[in-house]
Amino acid sequence: MPSITFIHHDSRAETVSANDGDSAMYTALLHGIDGITGECGGGAVCATCHVYVDDNWLGKVGAVGADEDELLEGVVSERLPNSRLSCQIKITEALDGLVLRLPERQV
Amino acid sequence: MVATVTTAPPHTTQVLSFGAVPNDASSQPVVHLDVDPFAMDFFADPHPTHEVLRDAGPVVYLDKWNVYAVARYAEVHAVLNDPATFCSSRGVGLSDFAKEKPWRPQSLILEADPPAHTRTRTVLNKVLSPAVMKQLRDGFAAAADAKVDELLERGSFDAVADLAEAYPLSVFPDAMGLQKEGRENLLPYAGLVFNAFGPPNKLRQDAIERSAPHQAYVQSQCQRENLAPGGFGACIHARVDTGDITADEAPLLVRSLLSAGLDTTVNGIGAAVYCLARYPEEFARLRSDLSLARNAFEEAVRYESPVQTFFRTTTRDVEISGCHVGEGEKVLMFLAAANRDPRRWADPERYDITRKTSGHVGFGSGIHMCVGQLVARLEGEVMLSALARKVASIEITGEVKRRYNNTLRGLESLPVTFTPA
Repeated sequence: MPSITFIHHDSRAETVSANDGDSAMYTALLHGIDGITGECGGGAVCATCHVYVDDNWLGKVGAVGADEDELLEGVVSERLPNSRLSCQIKITEALDGLVLRLPERQV
Repeated sequence: MVATVTTAPPHTTQVLSFGAVPNDASSQPVVHLDVDPFAMDFFADPHPTHEVLRDAGPVVYLDKWNVYAVARYAEVHAVLNDPATFCSSRGVGLSDFAKEKPWRPQSLILEADPPAHTRTRTVLNKVLSPAVMKQLRDGFAAAADAKVDELLERGSFDAVADLAEAYPLSVFPDAMGLQKEGRENLLPYAGLVFNAFGPPNKLRQDAIERSAPHQAYVQSQCQRENLAPGGFGACIHARVDTGDITADEAPLLVRSLLSAGLDTTVNGIGAAVYCLARYPEEFARLRSDLSLARNAFEEAVRYESPVQTFFRTTTRDVEISGCHVGEGEKVLMFLAAANRDPRRWADPERYDITRKTSGHVGFGSGIHMCVGQLVARLEGEVMLSALARKVASIEITGEVKRRYNNTLRGLESLPVTFTPA
């Protein structure tokens, strides 16, 4: 199972294992990671699963979709070049070791 | 009825898949129940019957209306998330549009399937996006503060008419860009729409009989020339100019927001105030941590489930958790029962404003999940924040009366007294 490390805004790190095919958001909720809200449950509606992808992984998580790009305009914490919605990052073996940083706020 | 004590670990969303080839020989028998979930005595206290429905099996059959039904979280969530098997285009009420003419022109979003649904949904998602909510936030918050100040001056009032209805009415019609005249039709029209999802009982028949003036108002209010610039309505019509939708489609999409954008938030805010009045220790927690306002609203939506039920129609023979359901069958989803299923929720009968609520189906789930959920949450959060900052206690001071609707759960009257903070 691929592992994902979530780094909280206060630098605390939590590493969890993910099911192949789940989204990063779903993995976070499954493991009770505070800092991912996921109000819409993965429907790409709410922009409350915002993450900053670690630079080393930016090339591997795929591109931002057009709808996601518009949603990212609505995130509460600052949008940065490495901002993504974690519901749109599908976990595969190729992402084993992925590092995602959490913003200060989601809502 | 004694509730079964079951401890369910949070976040154990069971993922179900539906068998492609049904096999009658191996299927489990479906339990038939003599339950009318659209009867007055059911509405008065649905929770014990919800438990019966959940415990009878993963799928049950309701002889009264000849429909299959699911009431456990896992099955409700799974049906919501398989729109190819459980379609919406044959109506999301009891009436099957393949057999009966819809009572009004069919919705282009609620009563549609992919790929047609995808196009219209994309348009409404953009009109009601997180970025749009950011722009509305300050105005909605100021209106909530002003409403609570006004109610504190009065001291005692009806929290349904004067708060749960008055606050959304003070922000939503203007955000839509509606004309000032005729707004008194909005709540009756929404009540009609949600009654019409139910069976042909008295609630539905009475609502449709009285519907002509409300339908005329809504039809007129959906036209481009009657919608103020900058509002949700005008933003929908602007998508005609970009080629995303046709000029004929735009009024019907405006109608979707008029149908589902007001009464739902009225009942959501009403549910939250009713919860905070009944559970003062939760109101105290909210007052000591204002950051809980948004989740306190979300938990009220889980706890009370303002939208209680929706139907789907099967597009093929299917097995749901071992139970065979044929093609063309109506399947009733008990969203409210799923939201209190002890198989999914720890201590489900408790209103807990710190609960991890993600995954509840109070707004639905999947491709049809409430398109206005961000508006609802915004209204709920800023109202609960205003209450927590300004009000020390909410006391129920008179008889609580329930409002009856085939789909919506809420109150007719909630007399309360506010003590200022």
